Amino acid sequence: MATTSKDPAQAYAEFIKGLWKENPVFVQVLGMCPALAVTNTAVNGLAMGSATLFVLAMSSLLISSMRKLIPKAVRISTYIIVIATFVTVVDFTLKAAAPLVHRELGAFISLIVVNCLILGRQEAFASKNSVGLAVMDALGMGGGFAFALVLLGGAREILGKGSLFGFPLFGDSFEPWVVMILPPGGFLMLGLILLIFASVAEGRKKLAERVQEREAAE
Amino acid sequence: MNQIAYIFVSALLINNFTLSYFLGLCPFFGVSSKLETAFRLGLANIFVMVITSLCAWALETFVLVHAPYLRLISFIVVIASTVQFVEMVIKKLSPALFRALGIFLPLITTNCAILALALFQTSRGYGLLEGLVFAVGAGAGLTLALVLMAGLREEAELSDIPSLLRGTAMNLLIAGILSLAFMGFAGLFSQTS
Repeated sequence: MATTSKDPAQAYAEFIKGLWKENPVFVQVLGMCPALAVTNTAVNGLAMGSATLFVLAMSSLLISSMRKLIPKAVRISTYIIVIATFVTVVDFTLKAAAPLVHRELGAFISLIVVNCLILGRQEAFASKNSVGLAVMDALGMGGGFAFALVLLGGAREILGKGSLFGFPLFGDSFEPWVVMILPPGGFLMLGLILLIFASVAEGRKKLAERVQEREAAE
Repeated sequence: MNQIAYIFVSALLINNFTLSYFLGLCPFFGVSSKLETAFRLGLANIFVMVITSLCAWALETFVLVHAPYLRLISFIVVIASTVQFVEMVIKKLSPALFRALGIFLPLITTNCAILALALFQTSRGYGLLEGLVFAVGAGAGLTLALVLMAGLREEAELSDIPSLLRGTAMNLLIAGILSLAFMGFAGLFSQTS
């Protein structure tokens, strides 16, 4: 039954929704712990985002291909064990290939297991859809998560260190806003970003209302 | 003795699980709208953390020495089954407490603070007593953060806040300010150590 989607448009829709319209961090506010804990620089955000993307895509692939074999009563435990296996793979791979990154992220690599985004996608999507669609959905959601983490990490790094991806942006006269790379900065920055999203959405709604009113008047 | 006290205060205030490690944020934002439930959830968390700490110590000492790559999988399975088991025991022994904890008990399984507790404890090489003190401190820290947040949110409900700011954005900003306040505790141990 492991057919890829017959309808490429649907696969594309599943992919694109995670990136923006249903973005896991900015819209659904899922997976907050890693999203805030490791995003003090853009590089860390990217590493965490890609690790999560990998685990999510692989788990979705495996679980959607086994979805007819998994008994309903033990499905959650099955998902957790599958996810934990892939997280162990990522943990050991990073330790061998990029020990510096592994040290920076620390226990948060292991904590990908309890990221509610991953379990949520298995329960809500991968267990009900074909392999192709499930992988597209996972790539979209994981990509959206990684995008949000890089944005958050980048913004905090620019303000808190005056650099981006480790390259200094401003001259020596820049006084870094240290609080941004410390824990409070994570809460404040995500709060501000959500606020900007809300105000943009509000502005769009008002604009749409005004257009409608004008059309009604004509 | 000093070491034990340091572990406790550090987990409770200086490195508060919620406000400086960002662990257990889901209940922190999800169930912090009422003071009463927030406090109960905090107590349930302390309870599960102590038991998890015991189990993690036993696993690490007797089993995982031979197979470190199974650490993550065995921890998560043990936590899930412990919570289930604790739930059954409480239901049998004290129905009143069971009703008070309600849905929060099973939900604790997916709380990342619990898994993090087990992982930190092993990576820092805590023994049995140190692990237990660490668990109580971290659990009390979670409770403290939850109760503070719930109190602030109850106040905020009654104040005149712009509609745009209501909801998650406001909660995050409140949490940021709380976290800023907790950073002040960082100086607590610098003279003694």
